[in-house]
Amino acid sequence: MNQTLLNYILQIADNSLILGSRISEWCGHGPVLEQDIALTNIALDLIGQARSLFQYAAEVEGQGRTEDDLAYLRIAREYRNVLLVEQPNGHFGTTIARQFLFDAYHYPFYKALMNSKDETLAAIAEKSLKEVTYHLRFSSEWMIRLGDGTDESHEKVQNALYDLWPYTSELFVPSETDNSALEMGIGVDLSEVKNFWNEKVDEILKIATLEKPQDGWMQSGGKQGKHSEHLGFILAEMQYLQRTYPGQEW
Amino acid sequence: MVISKEDIYKILETIPDPEIPVISILDLGIVRDINIENDQVEVIITPTYSGCPAMDMIEVNIKAGLQDAGYDQVKVTTVISPAWTTDWLSESGRQKLKEYGIAPPVKGAHDKNLLFSAERVVECPLCESKDTHMVSQFGSTPCKSLYKCNSCLEPFDYFKCH
Repeated sequence: MNQTLLNYILQIADNSLILGSRISEWCGHGPVLEQDIALTNIALDLIGQARSLFQYAAEVEGQGRTEDDLAYLRIAREYRNVLLVEQPNGHFGTTIARQFLFDAYHYPFYKALMNSKDETLAAIAEKSLKEVTYHLRFSSEWMIRLGDGTDESHEKVQNALYDLWPYTSELFVPSETDNSALEMGIGVDLSEVKNFWNEKVDEILKIATLEKPQDGWMQSGGKQGKHSEHLGFILAEMQYLQRTYPGQEW
Repeated sequence: MVISKEDIYKILETIPDPEIPVISILDLGIVRDINIENDQVEVIITPTYSGCPAMDMIEVNIKAGLQDAGYDQVKVTTVISPAWTTDWLSESGRQKLKEYGIAPPVKGAHDKNLLFSAERVVECPLCESKDTHMVSQFGSTPCKSLYKCNSCLEPFDYFKCH
């Protein structure tokens, strides 16, 4: 078994699973019907991507664990998602800001992953990129609408940016797995992803009349399995069914 | 019995998309290939969107449809590359979508992968007016956007191009 490949797949899958799970909390609670449906669609795309990745991870591991075991029966320390995606939804502006900061990473990440030497990862990236393109468009447009909107919407989304900013640098700090995967030609060079991200964030915040926060104390640890207190609550809700009634399938 | 691809395609033509039952899975372009080995039929399909909840149902329907026609050994394989594109929608599929009230994807939209592309002109499937606007990029299923016609004021679904 290729341990680096397995860890790398899980790291990507966990980001999609946890963010998809977070956004799905909006289902039925969106500010208006269209945005409720939009968020639910994005959640569905992300969980669909996670599913493809978990299926592949189960195959690579070859130990008899299934996609469900990987999604639902690991403990918090075994999840490798970045801290940003597990942060609470807050109000609509917080969710949009979190989504934008992640989409601006997700888009160039998948674009680069299409060149992975691993054919399955490249195929999943090709498929996912089409969906993430819509996500980034959606979150960019809402950043502009809220930032350049009323005084209240501007203030709320600006504060959300300040709150979420410390979680952004972790996206680009390579974990051991990131480095090994890059060396093997299956992974993505995060410094290139960061260039796109910086340009995109600058471009959109400028149009949105929002201030780019300064880098201060930056949080990290998610890729190493050291999570914020929020992940445990997400997992408790997500894993409840599978742990109470073992053997359920997607 | 010698199984021919044409026979299999004829049966698949009768299997509707679970979400948009006016078009068949062939019209939708998700059937990528058919492999026949002795008595074994393998149908290769590709999802429209990663999280499309209809995929499992489509697999079940393909198996049931072929078994009803007497093919017992059916295998359905899902591939994701090359990724599905609306270019694979058949001409008759586009027509059926329109008649059903869903605007088909705008052809030759070269802005598919661009961010912030100019809004494309989508024709209202009800009154054929070109004066329409997008309400939301996300619609009732992952593959559709929500539009509204400025002429007849009816909302309608647009099968988004990708």
